[in-house]
Amino acid sequence: MTSAAFVGYGTIVRKETVRIVRIWTQTILPSVISQTLYFAIFGGIVGARIGHMGGSSYTAFLVPGLVMMSAITNAFSNVASSFFGAKFQRSIEEILVSPMKPWAVLAGYVSGGLVRGVAVAAAVFLVSVAFVRPHVTHMGALIFFIFVTCLIFSLLGFLNGLLARKFDDVGLIPTFVLTPLTYLGGVFYDLNVLPPFWRAVSHANPIVYMIDGFRFGFTGTAVTSVLGSAGILVVVAGVLIVLTLALLRRGFGLKQ
Amino acid sequence: MTNALTITDVRKTYKNGTEALKGVSFGVRGGEMLALLGANGAGKTTLIGILCGLVTKTGGSAEVFGVDIDAHPEQTRSMIGVVPQEFNFNIFERVGDIVIDAAGYYGIPRSVAAPRTETILKRLGLWDKRDAVGRTLSGGMKRRLLIARALVHEPKLLLLDEPSAGVDVELRRGMWEFVVDLNAHGTTIILTTHYLEEAERLCKRVVILKRGVVVQEGEIAELVRASGAKNLEDFYLRV
Repeated sequence: MTSAAFVGYGTIVRKETVRIVRIWTQTILPSVISQTLYFAIFGGIVGARIGHMGGSSYTAFLVPGLVMMSAITNAFSNVASSFFGAKFQRSIEEILVSPMKPWAVLAGYVSGGLVRGVAVAAAVFLVSVAFVRPHVTHMGALIFFIFVTCLIFSLLGFLNGLLARKFDDVGLIPTFVLTPLTYLGGVFYDLNVLPPFWRAVSHANPIVYMIDGFRFGFTGTAVTSVLGSAGILVVVAGVLIVLTLALLRRGFGLKQ
Repeated sequence: MTNALTITDVRKTYKNGTEALKGVSFGVRGGEMLALLGANGAGKTTLIGILCGLVTKTGGSAEVFGVDIDAHPEQTRSMIGVVPQEFNFNIFERVGDIVIDAAGYYGIPRSVAAPRTETILKRLGLWDKRDAVGRTLSGGMKRRLLIARALVHEPKLLLLDEPSAGVDVELRRGMWEFVVDLNAHGTTIILTTHYLEEAERLCKRVVILKRGVVVQEGEIAELVRASGAKNLEDFYLRV
């Protein structure tokens, strides 16, 4: 990395981080409040009647899923809204007329998504401590799966921002793709409780592997192959990086 | 002396079929201030967009101080500063941050950009507004902010796309004094404007575009004299 590219990259990361902190009531707080309600209602009230799931109390079972759900939605929406906002206001032209290399631009915005995804995940995890004593079995798995998941959804958010033509396009993916896949990705239930057909269908959902791998970090047990999941996620992240960079280099959605 | 800008047979056809530039060629000498004139839709903004990387040309070549814009885009962009026609900064950001961040995109660290920003904002009368967010500025202040942002990386070639549009007479005068001073210190300037009397006063040479083609190019005084026109505006209307 040349020093000029590093300065450009650092400028975008700093700008994104300042924005996340400045409007924390829009970027951090909503997820913390909604996940606190999930812990209180599903963990505390409903969970007491459910008993155990996946070998642990229902509240403890919920923790990895809810942390991951927050990380996914925040990493995605941070990059999608910030990048599309810059496109919409045309302030992205500040970067396009500069000598910044496309990879430095992508890395800057994606790092912003990582910062928000991990920050919100950490905040939600801290909230969970008020409801259940966390037990970490594999710290390496926790760090790997949260990082690679935020990376993938930051890249998807960037792609969404790049392809979007109007603000509605930025809201469509979270509503019609992310939320259903996340809710059906094993946040609230163990895949083993599903009938064989739906269990097989669930394995086509990429978020299942992210949540399962992250949950493995807490419980030490997984429904899927953790190493296999990790490998697939790394490949997915690699493909997304190549695809997004190719579009960015062509100026897709940015240049006339 | 190397030309600051050499444009050869540059063409642009947009996806909808509009031919904005139909083979434009001209040169700009290093250190000069050139007026690029033409009616709305003549292709001035498209040409500026091509030079600074916002528009992809469909033909021809362009060199900035002898460096090809396609072969070495990062190098040529670092030599260009652009003041666009429309306000294109984040209106929710503070004036000082907009300028310092712009320097960052050019690889200039904050420790260097901060004092440079202070100097430029003071020169442009915006220092008192450094902590104000962009949307609270008046039209004239926004215009000056665009100039400050374009200058923070100390470009050798400055592209001014109608910088005085919507600016009152007094502010315009101050802005032009600043631009003349920049030019006197060696910055090559290409100016597009609809204020022809200002173009005549500020620039020695002119290039006139009409429907994507260069229809006149040369020394303003000579063109006016040879055509028997009263002034540049009169000459322009005859073209």
